[in-house]
Amino acid sequence: MKADPKGVLTGSHYIDGDFACCEGALAAGCRFIAGYPITPSTEVVERFARRAPLVEGALFIQMEDELAASITLQGAVWAGKKAMTVTSGPGFSLMMEHIGLAAMTETPCVFVDVQRGGPSTGLPTLPSQADMMQARWGSHGDYEIIALSPNSPQETFDLVIDAFNLSEQYRVPVMFMMDECVGHMMERVVIPTADKIEITPRRFTKLPPGEYLPFKPGEDFVPDMFKAGDGYRLHVTGLTHDYRGYPVMTPEVQEQLVHRLVNKIRLNAPKIWRYEETGVEDADVVIVTYGITSRVAVEAIEAARKKGLKVGMLRLVVVWPFPEQRIFELASRGKAIVVAEMNYGQVFYEVDRSARGKAPVILAGHGGGTVHNIEDIVNKIEEAHKCRS
Amino acid sequence: MSILKELQKASLSPTAGLTGPDKHPMDDFLRMDRMPHIWCSTCGIGVSVNCFAKALEKLGTPLDDVVVVSGIGCTGRVAGYVKVDSFHTTHGRAIPFATGMKLANPKLKVIVFSGDGDIIAIGGNHFINAARRNIDITVICLNNFNYAMTGGQVAATTPEGAILSTSPYGNFETPFNLPFLAESVGAVYVARWTSLHVYNQTNSMVEAMKKPGFSFIEIVAPCPTIFERQQKMGDGLDRLRWYCENSEIQTEPKTKDADIGLRDKMIVGKFVDIERPTYLDAMNAHYQERLGSKYKVYEG
Repeated sequence: MKADPKGVLTGSHYIDGDFACCEGALAAGCRFIAGYPITPSTEVVERFARRAPLVEGALFIQMEDELAASITLQGAVWAGKKAMTVTSGPGFSLMMEHIGLAAMTETPCVFVDVQRGGPSTGLPTLPSQADMMQARWGSHGDYEIIALSPNSPQETFDLVIDAFNLSEQYRVPVMFMMDECVGHMMERVVIPTADKIEITPRRFTKLPPGEYLPFKPGEDFVPDMFKAGDGYRLHVTGLTHDYRGYPVMTPEVQEQLVHRLVNKIRLNAPKIWRYEETGVEDADVVIVTYGITSRVAVEAIEAARKKGLKVGMLRLVVVWPFPEQRIFELASRGKAIVVAEMNYGQVFYEVDRSARGKAPVILAGHGGGTVHNIEDIVNKIEEAHKCRS
Repeated sequence: MSILKELQKASLSPTAGLTGPDKHPMDDFLRMDRMPHIWCSTCGIGVSVNCFAKALEKLGTPLDDVVVVSGIGCTGRVAGYVKVDSFHTTHGRAIPFATGMKLANPKLKVIVFSGDGDIIAIGGNHFINAARRNIDITVICLNNFNYAMTGGQVAATTPEGAILSTSPYGNFETPFNLPFLAESVGAVYVARWTSLHVYNQTNSMVEAMKKPGFSFIEIVAPCPTIFERQQKMGDGLDRLRWYCENSEIQTEPKTKDADIGLRDKMIVGKFVDIERPTYLDAMNAHYQERLGSKYKVYEG
């Protein structure tokens, strides 16, 4: 279906990534944000607090902490709203238990993490990309989520809409992994008219009460949903549960449920993967990167090409689930890989695993606080090129 | 038989279709296909669930509009047994989940039903903030003075001197006085009863659910398997007798006098019943004043 024009601020704007994130959420139909201020994500909720009273049916509430924010939004979702919360490193850590709850209860919602340097309080005002593994598996237990990573304010706007759509389609919490640079970078953001924006509606059941089983999956491994107040009078629990939603403490039901929670993303992964390739076909070295680092990588590729090296780029737009098949293909064709990310190896290990020894995989990483030096990436490209030959 | 049919059959109440004396009055309210429940004999939780069912009947709100939210613990299992839309959330976070639900759809009647450890200790921050905001929900807190589900550890409500597995030489911490706490942070309705006071408890639940805003009921309940046994207070029935002899019903009780000592008399009754705009009423009035016709009243 098309977006509700009430939330779409059509036009050309000069705004930062945080503001673009808020506008993207409104365009996607998000009408509920439970937030808690934390640098460098605060501008998202500041904008939503200003905008919500002027968009019919939208509500912003600033909660007492991130624990509250990350579950208040789930209460709103089960009452029928599209909802998200926004945070950064320390707050993201506090939200982990509720990311697990959303995974277990298959609550469609979006968690935005504008990444800053860590661990702990770290670098509140400076960037990193060191929460990528936490986004994937930060909560206890076995589950899969979807994570996206934009590299500009415009892409932030566009991708937040996709984040909401994917959360509705697969009924998972979607991690929207920004970083301080993209969050605070001001660029032109063009917001189209509502009729140009595709929205995935919630997959509410068409079955009447009595016939509908709330956790019985469809063919795509995803069950249809109900909401409170619709007369179904059903139970939703974070305990291991059967198709009825009732707690069952047996290995059999655990297997049935958890295997499906993992499989609904793993088996649908080819439909979810999204990456952008430039100059990969004739490249000897491929840089795998995402988010703000991809924009630095472009400069590094140019510098390396001037030195006569054939370098291409694979930019992950969807980071989790990871396109392991494509990495294996590239590695099998003898292309050396450099993984550029603002951490000391998170996506790197996933790339290394996917390459399965077919090609050298080298990390161009650092501890965060600023984007990469272009020369550092160029050096890694040269190193990779040497390893290859 | 298909799995669907099997499950459908399983989800039918064992007494469905029966009328007259074979049908239990609580059948429509409880998930009979989940019986037997996990609670111990003479535990106070079942008493309060029964009172809650009667209160809902008296209140007359259609059960389709009622939502019960629980956290974790023995009382946290209430959500699983009541046949309304029910959500069994994480430890301590039933109140913020209920907050999101109520704000997203103000037509729902949202009740948080959980234990003292859940609501007051791990969830204490949410309790005080939801009361301060005057979120229009009812919080029913079963206080059995200990963490029962995990085997009986000391809690933020444990009376001084009580022996539990993590206070083996007796508790020396000062416990919360729940009505006092609730009043001080802005609850518009505050009452305390024990498992003995079934009529008072039921009536308070009706009043609390009718009351717009954050209403709070503390139910002092026996945990005969752990708390009463450890304190050598006898079984659940002995405890009810003790409640009978030691509960003092005052006409205008003051919350500051409502401390609970291990073997002292305790004050029960309705402490607070005041008017204060709910979160959504305050929000709508404020935005209408500030934004004028640009603001459309929020109705969910």
